[in-house]
Amino acid sequence: MSSWINENGPLLFLALLDGTVTAFVLALIALGLSLVFGVMRIVNIAHGEFFMLGAVFSWFAFDLTNDPFWGFLLALVIAPALVGGIAVFSDRFILRKVKYHPESTIVATIGLLYVIQSVTLMVFGPEARAVESPLYFRIQFPWFGYSGYKLIVAGMSALCLLGVWLLMIRSKLGLYMRATQQDIEIAKTCGVPTQKIYAAVFALGGGLAALAGVFVVPIRQADHLMGLEPLLLSFIVVIIGGLGSIRGTIVAAFIIGISDGIISVFYEPTLAKMLATLFVAMVLVLKPSGLYGEEVV
Amino acid sequence: MSHKEVKSEEQSELNITRRSVLGAGAVIAGAGIVGSQIIDPLGKTAYAAGSDNPIKIGFQAHRTGIGALYGRWYERTTNSAAKYINSIGGIAGRPIEIITEDDGTDPKRGADVVEKLATQHKVDFVFGTLFSHVVMGSAPRAGELKIPYFVVSEGYHVASGALNRYVFQPCITDVRAQISAVSGWLFNNLGKNVTLIYPDYAFGYNHRDYASAAAEKHGGKIVAKIAIPPSESSFTRYFVKIPKNTDVIYHVMVGPGVLTFVRELGDHFGPNHPQLFGFIDSLEGVNISSPGLDFLDSSYFWEAMPRYADASDSAGSRFYRNAVGVDNSGASKSDSKDVAAYSHMFGCWETLFAIKEAVEQSGYKSKKDYSTLIETMEGFTGFNEGIAHPQGAKAFSGKTHQCYGQQFVSKVSNGKLNVIHKTSIADGMYEPETDYTKQSL
Repeated sequence: MSSWINENGPLLFLALLDGTVTAFVLALIALGLSLVFGVMRIVNIAHGEFFMLGAVFSWFAFDLTNDPFWGFLLALVIAPALVGGIAVFSDRFILRKVKYHPESTIVATIGLLYVIQSVTLMVFGPEARAVESPLYFRIQFPWFGYSGYKLIVAGMSALCLLGVWLLMIRSKLGLYMRATQQDIEIAKTCGVPTQKIYAAVFALGGGLAALAGVFVVPIRQADHLMGLEPLLLSFIVVIIGGLGSIRGTIVAAFIIGISDGIISVFYEPTLAKMLATLFVAMVLVLKPSGLYGEEVV
Repeated sequence: MSHKEVKSEEQSELNITRRSVLGAGAVIAGAGIVGSQIIDPLGKTAYAAGSDNPIKIGFQAHRTGIGALYGRWYERTTNSAAKYINSIGGIAGRPIEIITEDDGTDPKRGADVVEKLATQHKVDFVFGTLFSHVVMGSAPRAGELKIPYFVVSEGYHVASGALNRYVFQPCITDVRAQISAVSGWLFNNLGKNVTLIYPDYAFGYNHRDYASAAAEKHGGKIVAKIAIPPSESSFTRYFVKIPKNTDVIYHVMVGPGVLTFVRELGDHFGPNHPQLFGFIDSLEGVNISSPGLDFLDSSYFWEAMPRYADASDSAGSRFYRNAVGVDNSGASKSDSKDVAAYSHMFGCWETLFAIKEAVEQSGYKSKKDYSTLIETMEGFTGFNEGIAHPQGAKAFSGKTHQCYGQQFVSKVSNGKLNVIHKTSIADGMYEPETDYTKQSL
């Protein structure tokens, strides 16, 4: 037993580290998708592209300031703001026009995905571009080194998740969002400005994904196709956790993140993705509403 | 409620009427027409105004997809070469016209692009593919369409006999030859226990197979073989599988994540790392003095054409570097952040000259002369070093349709790559495994 720990202990430790970072970032991206479904009852297929835009805008901020630290600060402000703006625009001129019908929004957001991807390809180019991280330092564990910035990303994502939770519980906007999610008709009669809430939620969802993009881009490069994998993973997380439940999203993100880390390190990354998809299938068969489905917070 | 009533209710609810659909359709069609005038998808570059009877060369470019970095530099080099060749009189007095199509670094699209270039654009020759899986997907189509297909890849596929007699790789060496040439140096100087890290597809498998064979030959041992998908974005989970008794990490990586790959390698090992022998593919397009890459100091790289200029460079090499717009540290002259894929792109320049030589020596005039052209090229024994072949002199085998050339081993010091070992052409030769001349055309 102790020889197993000696041999595989470091692998397990790395798997947990990597898995934790993945889990926090995934939670942030998936939360946006989950909130949008919970409050607006629509599925946004272009959600991954908001993540990609966050990374791409971060590159522009870095290119403009030519300094990793100030570029990062600038990106933190402008990326979520710009993506939020694009989200509000899409809500007003696309989603509202199809009256938020479920099937129509799926098709419309697929179109939005293609438009965003292609415009990014035309303006940003096809190749992946690097963004320097605002802080670069290495943590030396006894068996291997690890990027300190990755741990900071986990920390920043955790803070953002806390912020969103506080927003939902403590603020008026959060109250309106929860009311709209529970019952939109009653909320309207109580004077909740539901159309504005819809726009705000869509912007918040996009902004969270963009923020995740800003955090992650120094770890990997920015390219116009990088939104596809997070989209798939966040759907898996949201289905398992239950659409509309913050707690469910976070729990599911950890299940997927940690298991992805462990299976990738001990077996193959592809196997990890296969098992995650299999888990989704099981959840859909056994408990279709997800682990915490239909809960509000 | 009847079905008709419900339908019209829905229609008016969504404010969709026939009029609005037609209107939207007209707007989209109009935008498409205007857009297509602005963006020229064909990328046709005719160099001589009023030229009749140009030689049309179809360029299959990785403009998008995982090979986009290489595609960009391949395109610049191709255009520079065409411009220069036209300035010295073209090919057999006829100007070259390069017609570029994007294959998205995708094998299926590659086959479509070959077909489009051959049948729609009616080009004389197709050239320019790099990524080996695209080569494998596209070359058979060229064989079916019976059009000469000049590959600028490093895969062993042409020389292995897996393709067809219309396919040539005349001006860039293959992985088997590269490994044969440098492996002796590696096992004798760096260590015996080697971990291989390579991309999980055709090109990577060539590295895996021939490095393993070389280990047997030189008394080394491959202690681990780690295959990584080229589209991967996070590599730490792979590094943790490197065995502790590794003397040398042999790495070759491609795709958009190469900078992350080398950085995470550095994060993982820190200052106490095994010897590193990389193929410069892991660093093409990446500035070696990027933050996080200082651990690469004192490590070694195979290069096909040294990125950093040296006082001993030949006149042809200096001419070429200037003509393609690359400065002495291997970056674009107009943007020092844009580092070139210098160990690969020379293949495009030299291949266009090889086509020129084949056309002029065979007397090729049109498609009915393909067999004469192919037989002439199969008779070539090599190319001399010079402006036409700045990477170095080459030997050429008509049987394998493959060239053989010099390889370089460079060491990283003070943020630069310095050549410390050059191999001879003979170091990389191997017994031919195929004879395309025996195939019918």
